[in-house]
Amino acid sequence: MTEPATPYIPNKRRPMRSPEDLRAQIPGWGADLDPADRPSYPREQPGIETGARWDFPERQPEKWPRERSVEHAFLPPVFGTSTPPAGLSGAIRRYAYKYSEGRAAHWLLLIGADRVDAWEHHLKSLATPHPDNPVTETGVVNEFRRGGLSSRSGQNRADVNHQWMDPIIVAGPWVMAAVGLAAAYKTLRKERTQPDTRPAAKAESQH
Amino acid sequence: MKAMVYRGPYKVRVEEKDIPKIEHPNDAIVRVSRGAICGSDLHLYHGMMPDTRVGMTFGHEFVGTVHEVGSSVQNVAVGDRVMVPFNVYCGSCYFCARGLYSNCHNVNPNATAVGGIYGYSHTCGGYDGGQAEFVRVPFADVGPSKIPDWMDEEDAVLLTDACPTGYFGAQLGDIAEGDTVVVFGAGPVGLFAAKSSWLMGAGRVIVVDHLNYRLEKARSFAHAETFNFAEYDDIVVHLKKETDYLGADVVIDAVGAEADGNFLQHVTASKLKLQGGSPVALNWAIDSVRKGGTVSVVGAYGPIFSAVKFGDAMNKGLTLRMNQCPVKRQWPRLFEHIQNGYLKPSDLVTHRIPLEHIAEGYHMFSAKLDNIIKPLVVAGQS
Repeated sequence: MTEPATPYIPNKRRPMRSPEDLRAQIPGWGADLDPADRPSYPREQPGIETGARWDFPERQPEKWPRERSVEHAFLPPVFGTSTPPAGLSGAIRRYAYKYSEGRAAHWLLLIGADRVDAWEHHLKSLATPHPDNPVTETGVVNEFRRGGLSSRSGQNRADVNHQWMDPIIVAGPWVMAAVGLAAAYKTLRKERTQPDTRPAAKAESQH
Repeated sequence: MKAMVYRGPYKVRVEEKDIPKIEHPNDAIVRVSRGAICGSDLHLYHGMMPDTRVGMTFGHEFVGTVHEVGSSVQNVAVGDRVMVPFNVYCGSCYFCARGLYSNCHNVNPNATAVGGIYGYSHTCGGYDGGQAEFVRVPFADVGPSKIPDWMDEEDAVLLTDACPTGYFGAQLGDIAEGDTVVVFGAGPVGLFAAKSSWLMGAGRVIVVDHLNYRLEKARSFAHAETFNFAEYDDIVVHLKKETDYLGADVVIDAVGAEADGNFLQHVTASKLKLQGGSPVALNWAIDSVRKGGTVSVVGAYGPIFSAVKFGDAMNKGLTLRMNQCPVKRQWPRLFEHIQNGYLKPSDLVTHRIPLEHIAEGYHMFSAKLDNIIKPLVVAGQS
């Protein structure tokens, strides 16, 4: 009968490497063995010196109605001012902040607004001298410059089973939009070039 | 100024933006000399983090020179070289007053569950980040520190997130002498966590990933044993065998929201955004740690629900410990470790990407091309 494995007996079977051996082989082994040497021990250190000279910070001016979690008692005194909400995505975002962080609706609306936001900006960019360029903005050129094939082939990587989806996620909506535009153009063109066969039109043309 | 700008999932570009202005008396404006792309930036890049707005500049790892200060700033001055923790924090709220800088309550209107983080969506406060030539740094008397004269700038930029987060992850494990520690993820945070586990007295350190070049780095940089999970039918069973069926004493999840290893989990999280993250590494951690063991989580997850095997965690009597790292608390001890030669953070830098080429950098990092481990971003060089 084989020896029972560790969990079935009181102590680990595999002997630990000696501290001397570990110190000799691993630079700094055990330097923080004493929890007192670990900076996040204990986790909470009331009265820790932070550099703050205030109990409550001065308030930053609120230049537009800043969206905030309903779980906050008030608008915190300092906040980021990047990209204020705007357009349809902004309306969805402002609505999402009516729900608490505990509600799935809050997060799912925000994720939805992110998708709307991207399309709003893609469409707007078409009317600017600097339209979105899916080739340069995805950096896909590095597939050729930085060994896209050799980085993946024969490497037994677990992520290659889903990376094929990435081009579809990026290019799919553009292709669908292009196909839609082409179909709309074709339909309009067909309507304009076809002779009008309505009876009234026929009668008018006979006169 | 030039700044990286998000244009939607998988798309970024460089645009001209206004130099940020002082918006609060304790603000500073920092001219960035070195930034970095973090693995967690990829969650934003892939559109996983709710309220990531088109036009935002990412980047929570950066160092630079103070360009302008607000009227109440005393601890740094124009011209100082500074390193800036990824946490935006006030230093005085209930949480900061106890050292929980990453949980600050005064800097993020958009959410109470998370503090402020530079360039990390509006869910983390709506601050533009440091993948730009200039960045606004709130609470300049609290967050930034002058870079010591002896410190290399590239070590300093790694000390703004990746290195302290890995070190913090090992601390969350409450490692005791001789413990077996398993680290899931051989990215920069996982590699620093593995290296730090030895500092805390681990007897055995095992790193698990699916990228062979990163596992090679885990062996050379972190002196770890390594396993490629893609080579095993079931990595949990293999880890049980490796630990004589006990399981590891401590397991650290340094992967987070885009874990591979389970197609359904990955696709529902990363592609379909139906989960806050793909909890494959977290579930493996729960399964491969011993009963009564500790799981430390420093991988980043989104705020939406994730399919975590919580029942097993309860039944095994696990201690689950996690947080965003309070970076500045780690610095004094990490500075000592660097000076003693125990750590050299910049050993993990593999690529230096000009800001103008950041789109290619993001793609390379996302697709894991060219043996990339840690890409830095260099402003002002084309």
